[in-house]
Amino acid sequence: MLLKLTFASLYARLLTVSMTVFAISLSLMLYLSVEKLRTSAYTSFTDTISQTDLILGSRTSSIQLLLYSVFRVGNATNNITWESYEEIMNKDEVEWSVPISLGDSHKGFRVMGTNLDFFKRYKYRGGQLIEISEGNYFDDLYDVVIGAAVAEKLKYNIGKSIIVSHGIKSFTDHDDQPFKVSGILEKTGTPIDNTVIVSLEAIEAIHVDWSSGAKIPGQETPIEEIRNMDLSAKNITAAFIGVKSKLTIFKLQRWINEYPEEALTSILPGVALHELWRIIGIVENLLLGISIVVIFTTLIGMAAIIFSSLNERRREMAIWRAMGASPNIVIGILMLEAFIISFLSTLISSILLYILLNILQPWIDDTYGILINIELLSLKDLLIFILFIISAMLVSLIPAIRAYWFSINDGMTIKI
Amino acid sequence: MEKSNLNADTIRIDSVKFHWSNKNDFKIYVPEFNVARGEKVLLLGESGSGKTTLLSLICGFLNPISGDIFLNDEPINNLSARKKDQYRCDNIGIIFQQFNLLPYAKVIDNILLPLYFSKKRVENIKDQKETAANICKSLRLPDEVLNMQASKLSVGQQQRVAVARALIGNPPLIIADEPTSALDKNAQSIFLDLMFSQISESRSTLLMVSHDESLSQRFDRVINLDDILKEGD
Repeated sequence: MLLKLTFASLYARLLTVSMTVFAISLSLMLYLSVEKLRTSAYTSFTDTISQTDLILGSRTSSIQLLLYSVFRVGNATNNITWESYEEIMNKDEVEWSVPISLGDSHKGFRVMGTNLDFFKRYKYRGGQLIEISEGNYFDDLYDVVIGAAVAEKLKYNIGKSIIVSHGIKSFTDHDDQPFKVSGILEKTGTPIDNTVIVSLEAIEAIHVDWSSGAKIPGQETPIEEIRNMDLSAKNITAAFIGVKSKLTIFKLQRWINEYPEEALTSILPGVALHELWRIIGIVENLLLGISIVVIFTTLIGMAAIIFSSLNERRREMAIWRAMGASPNIVIGILMLEAFIISFLSTLISSILLYILLNILQPWIDDTYGILINIELLSLKDLLIFILFIISAMLVSLIPAIRAYWFSINDGMTIKI
Repeated sequence: MEKSNLNADTIRIDSVKFHWSNKNDFKIYVPEFNVARGEKVLLLGESGSGKTTLLSLICGFLNPISGDIFLNDEPINNLSARKKDQYRCDNIGIIFQQFNLLPYAKVIDNILLPLYFSKKRVENIKDQKETAANICKSLRLPDEVLNMQASKLSVGQQQRVAVARALIGNPPLIIADEPTSALDKNAQSIFLDLMFSQISESRSTLLMVSHDESLSQRFDRVINLDDILKEGD
């Protein structure tokens, strides 16, 4: 009866109540999506590279090196000569290393030159290898392996012929040396998905007729001739390094950073990831703070709405009292109302969030490489909901206590 | 309990003093006031004379500063707040001036509302909905009204629903606070006819306050509020 009448009462105020529910739902959704984005970003982030002990690059900041070598954002300031790389590779501490060469692109996707070791050594999500889903790793000089997102977006299949462009955003194509898609990688949720991978030799090959970043006019070496040239890499952009014993990481890092022949930097990916996260984290904490304030504001708004309806509902309260309802029941009715409003809001906000995530997930994945795990409700979300409902009821105590005093003092006289 | 005290007064007020704590100029003092079982009493008084305050005291909403109020020989001012609420819903049917009903609820839910709080009144009837429908029929409320929202009814109909609600489960005392003030003369007389016949049927005691002397001939006893209220110290 009480529940039925409370619903009837809410229904009679459908417009204000639904506006309140909608406002609360939106702010709850805002909070939940920020929270979701935050956790997804963090896991996506720390999952991008694992079991690599050091990343080697030319002298730069650790975050920049991490950004271009792992996230393929921005550019390297300088290259590393093959001689320096070889010297480091031959150090006793080094167990394995994978060189990469960046700088070219294909339709907005970064082209990365490397060797086949990359597929054996580069690991993500706590030790997972990059698997091939269709075709094979590169075998021929002009073979490319493309990431899942590249294949999906450009609708490429095995055997598709592609042209690599010089630089990141340029109108100069290496159109004299077309490549052929030999393999498509499994989706990883890392920047690998957006990468076009070729051999280091291929990078050398397409730059045969180039000097200092520009094509030498009139010079066009035939492909057959290029195939017979010595195409071993002279420069690389960065390298991933694994050591034999973790104890030697810092020693090797210091040795690289003090390398006299060339200005080099080596970073610990975990530390750099954490540093980068701390920069992003400020924004993220700000967002979280804002959404908490928004929730708090809507809660107060809800209390205000209950409050403002109190005066016109004093007669209603007097009727309840005359029928034998104790003042506690009057409080109970208002609390029940707050409970229904906040409970409905949690339901609606999770539906809204679910819809929103489904719409935005592919876009966020493509644009930021953050894979958001869509699950309806996690234990944490439920906990947030319970906390929210409790605080909604606590906030509604303020008008409820006022109604309590009204109902005790009014009796049969309602002075409005 | 009432059966063992057949001769007891339904209402007995003994030297009751009351004043609002925030309005020191308003005081009431009732040395003595009795209403016998089954009696229909009209309390006449101008507005602002303390009629509603007196009713609030009798219903147990307000506590007298001193003195005793007995309902069926039970001193209700000594009861705890919760017991007072329970006593009220078990024994008193209340009809306000107007705005008697929960406007958003169906008429049937409004009528059955007291039963939600009073087991005693539930025990007095067999079938709740049927009883409600019967009372409505005797009050000449059309059947379809039962499932309508209370706010959709005319004021006259709403007041009759309020009577039905006050009567359901046969509480021994009906208290009405100017129930006809919102009705025109014609509607007033129809309303009172219906209310009186229903109250007579249920053998309840009626205490009604009004400022309208023309209603007097319907009642067993008419009391001027000024005669029982004395200026206190």
